[in-house]
Amino acid sequence: MASTPDTTERYAGLSNEQLIEMYRQMVLIRIFEEKCQEMYTRAKIGGFLHLYVGQEAVAVGTIGALKPEDHIITHYRDHGHAIARGLDTNALMAELFGKATGSAAGLGGSMHLVDVSKNFWGGYAIIGSHLLMACGIGTALKLQKRPEVVMVFFGDGSTNGGEFYEAMNFSQLGKLPVIFVCENNLFAMGTPIAVHTSVQEIYRKACAFDMRSERVDGNDPIATYEATLRAVEYARSGQGPVLLEAVTYRFRGHSAQDTQKYRTREEVEQYRTRDPNQVFRKRLIDDGVMTEEQAVQIEQQAEVEAQGSVDFADQSPPADEKWLTEGVYANPIEPKF
Amino acid sequence: MAVMTVREALRSELREQLKDDRVFIIGEDIGYYGSTYGVTAGFLEEYGTEKIRDAPIAEAGIIGIGIGAAMLGMRPICEIMSVNFSLLAFDQIINHAAKLHYMFGGQITCPMVLRTTNGWRNLSATHSQSFDPMFAYVPGLKVVAPATPADMKALFKASMEDPDPVIFIEHTLMYGVKGEIPDEPYEVKIGESRVAREGKDLTIVTYSRPVHLCMEVAERLSKQEGIECAIIDLRTIRPMDMSKALESFRTTGRAVVVTEEWESHGVQAEIAARLYEHAFDYLDAPIERVGFREIPFPYATNLEDQVVVTPARIEAAIRKVLA
Repeated sequence: MASTPDTTERYAGLSNEQLIEMYRQMVLIRIFEEKCQEMYTRAKIGGFLHLYVGQEAVAVGTIGALKPEDHIITHYRDHGHAIARGLDTNALMAELFGKATGSAAGLGGSMHLVDVSKNFWGGYAIIGSHLLMACGIGTALKLQKRPEVVMVFFGDGSTNGGEFYEAMNFSQLGKLPVIFVCENNLFAMGTPIAVHTSVQEIYRKACAFDMRSERVDGNDPIATYEATLRAVEYARSGQGPVLLEAVTYRFRGHSAQDTQKYRTREEVEQYRTRDPNQVFRKRLIDDGVMTEEQAVQIEQQAEVEAQGSVDFADQSPPADEKWLTEGVYANPIEPKF
Repeated sequence: MAVMTVREALRSELREQLKDDRVFIIGEDIGYYGSTYGVTAGFLEEYGTEKIRDAPIAEAGIIGIGIGAAMLGMRPICEIMSVNFSLLAFDQIINHAAKLHYMFGGQITCPMVLRTTNGWRNLSATHSQSFDPMFAYVPGLKVVAPATPADMKALFKASMEDPDPVIFIEHTLMYGVKGEIPDEPYEVKIGESRVAREGKDLTIVTYSRPVHLCMEVAERLSKQEGIECAIIDLRTIRPMDMSKALESFRTTGRAVVVTEEWESHGVQAEIAARLYEHAFDYLDAPIERVGFREIPFPYATNLEDQVVVTPARIEAAIRKVLA
């Protein structure tokens, strides 16, 4: 379907095909996550499960503006980023099931999805720590004179600890090609933003480092896409890092066990009226970019894919017991007695 | 054979390593200041700011940058000036560097070398500690702590060639120690101990700076009383090669363990446990341990002298085990 001049203008030059693909990714993330919740309830998934429901427009818009050779490193709420980068949902679900076919062979679980072949350097579960690794990736890219950038995701709750400030300083000092994407979902686990940080407009924290920064509506995939294009152009041209703040809201609890005492049901319902997936769906249909039938088909296909990933995970063999005796080292050296 | 100090041996191997495009050094005061212990003095002028990267005082960042760069195929050398400051980077070291390879199912490697120093002398409670057992406790790390110039050079090379994160522990009181460096190429592998001194009466198991103190005591006891102590220098404490220590212990039946760390819950406890586990039947006397007295380091010299490992304390332990 060809874009009319009117829509390409309003949609950052994206073609209808690209816009529909963005919607497909948002739907796939949503349905995959709801499937995860169901599998958690059925005890197929253990440990901590942090769902991305409500934040889809951040991952899809930002990652959509990267090239495949650009790098991604992220936090523990990592399913959305993995899907937006195109990781195999079978391997992702299998990882959550602790199976041998998982993206990390069943050793990492929900918080540590990975696929190095897609330049997806993994999810990290110690708040703020991986921002410094992103600076390391940026340092390597610069030393190796490579044209790529690295995008690092983190939450508002990460911006109070020391590692965030170390990363801001290191990256700006070295003019590193790092795009910091703060997914401000208004809560650090269960602590509201007004309680946990003194400056609640996270993008303003960049000013202490003379770093370029921008705040965008994280529920609008076109807004996150456009802001990322600007940031990537800046970083790729060697001018240095950018801090993007995407303001969003997660509809599910912090983790699957969260009783959500820190917010009211009314507040969540209020935000649900601005559900990024529903808003984008309506917008694309209203603007003639996508038909209702196409939307339904995308939703059905996502359901099939998500269920397929569950079936794949279910039928996969358990994690290989070889990992009890190997894998700790790339170059194992046996202790000698 | 050339005679070099530990410092010179390290400098010579760092120069070798810096020829590799993948290698850079990042740390505090390694460049403009001229290097706290002189190991990288003059390197900034010689190699420039890309390879000799003066870092802000931000230890987590120094290690995090090393990890990220290593993930992308660089061979970073991260210098933490004093091991006491490494505590600020323990998240990066233990939660990340040590975990990446396993946690991601072998997809990511972290070939990073963390150079740091143990050491003390009138530096009081926060600048005199050693944390060898805290590193050695962690699966995923390799921990190397050589004692001689030749081993420093060879094991630093081995650490740089290893695909895993290596904690390379130097000692502020050992940089001036001299020793012979072979002229011909030689190799020391990570995880191989050495017999520093042969002896039939007692086995001393040690590593790093105390090796030299033990040698001093052993030579004196040999000359004055004919007591022959074997000295085993472990050189690497994770993985830990106990083969030579056990071989010696099975002939002497008596052992003293000497390390610079607080005496409980440490590497010396691990060494003693392995001697008991693997050579219990050869035991002729309880194993003695010599380490730091278990208090924070006091500043005053008269007090500090009684906290640290000294030839007198080593000798007392030897006599107790031989009694």
